[in-house]
Amino acid sequence: MNPILEVSGITRRYGDRIGCADISFDLYPGEVMGIVGESGSGKSTLLNCLAGELIPDAGRILFDSRAEGVCDLLDLSEMQRRVLSRIELAFVHQNPRDGLRMGVSAGGNVGERLMGVGQRHYGNIREQALSWLERVEIPADRIDDRPSQFSGGMQQRLQIARNLVTSPRLVFMDEPTGGLDVSVQARLLDLLRGLVREMGLSAIVVTHDLAVVRLLADRILVMKSGQVVESGLTDQVLDDPHHPYTQLLVASVLQA
Amino acid sequence: MTACLEMNAVTKAFTLHNQGGVTISVMSNANLRVGPGECVALVGPSGAGKSTVMRMAYGNYLADDGEIWVGDVCLNRASPREILMLRRQTLGYVSQFLRVVPRVATTDVVAEPLLALGVEPRQAHARATELLRMLNIPERLWPLSPMTFSGGEQQRVNIARGFIHAYPVLLLDEPTASLDAENRAVVLSLIEQARDRGAAILGIFHDEAARQQVCTGEIDVSEFL
Repeated sequence: MNPILEVSGITRRYGDRIGCADISFDLYPGEVMGIVGESGSGKSTLLNCLAGELIPDAGRILFDSRAEGVCDLLDLSEMQRRVLSRIELAFVHQNPRDGLRMGVSAGGNVGERLMGVGQRHYGNIREQALSWLERVEIPADRIDDRPSQFSGGMQQRLQIARNLVTSPRLVFMDEPTGGLDVSVQARLLDLLRGLVREMGLSAIVVTHDLAVVRLLADRILVMKSGQVVESGLTDQVLDDPHHPYTQLLVASVLQA
Repeated sequence: MTACLEMNAVTKAFTLHNQGGVTISVMSNANLRVGPGECVALVGPSGAGKSTVMRMAYGNYLADDGEIWVGDVCLNRASPREILMLRRQTLGYVSQFLRVVPRVATTDVVAEPLLALGVEPRQAHARATELLRMLNIPERLWPLSPMTFSGGEQQRVNIARGFIHAYPVLLLDEPTASLDAENRAVVLSLIEQARDRGAAILGIFHDEAARQQVCTGEIDVSEFL
């Protein structure tokens, strides 16, 4: 099996400061990788470089695309990149407002993605939107409501539906359970786990929450000051941390 | 399918970087072999490293040196992906603690290992309820999350999860610890059945009578130091 993503030497500086330095890893189909570290460790910089929201100063990001075969995401034209982002990649933001169109109905938010990939039949689009709302546990009678009328947890679930309706191959998530109540977090985690398994998704999840990463990710990168200081199987890194920083991170978690 | 579990000259120490950098050596020469149809008990005083051996055999702790083989996979050289595949198909683990996503129904928790193997949901759930019934978990609890269950109930949910797939290699950490006589007997017969179908089993059993009944051998972990 070939990796879906081969990342090598990704470096991004902010002036003299280092955002992330010389990051390399492979991600395989169906794999979920977590990136953990404190704020300022470079985890969001790395994610944004991978997802095309930031341009790295150096490195390669080879993506095994359904349509084009293996291509370097950094060499694509703006147009090619946009097509790929619409169909094969997805980005779930920490704040649903960054990933949703707040002035458009819930059904419209999901349907818009389908129109973006060329679907035109209104009945089909609405039917698929409905089935996705059901999958993310949003009641069917809320389809014509705007996200601004939704709770934070519902907005986040809608953002997930909007992102996954086109069956992407690779999903980037930035603190997907970030601003949510713990009770809502658990349900969202279970939903994400189920979708990852059913759809065979690959995902890269940035979080500072070690409990979230333990439940969601197969393997993790631990970042500090822009560098990867430790990586491996999630439970192994969390239960038998070797690097001083990882040990500090694990030892600092409060027991509920 | 059958497989062996083997450890050759395994060493393990913990370095505590945030506590003055002390290094605690736990074992300097661990050797063991569990073949198909064998059930081997790890014995030795508390703190001798029984749980460390189990965790290394699951890939949860990293061995510093030596080799740990499960079937044809060398755990300390395998990628995370290979270890996860091994855990899905070959290597089962019944730990003492239940760690699950909150608010997920007990039947789903138990069925999960089969779903991960691609078994039909209906079939996986049927097998899950069969095990839950066998382990005397009351049916009214099945749709609830096991996080609110009693210690003994949680342990039986763990056991159901660990026995739902016929893993060729099984690790059992105190599988009968907090069980009453009736459930203890059910668990021991599950272990015997697994052993008789050719599973290689490594376990910690403080319950000596249980050890007598199901184990084919013993290894004293204090010899590994």
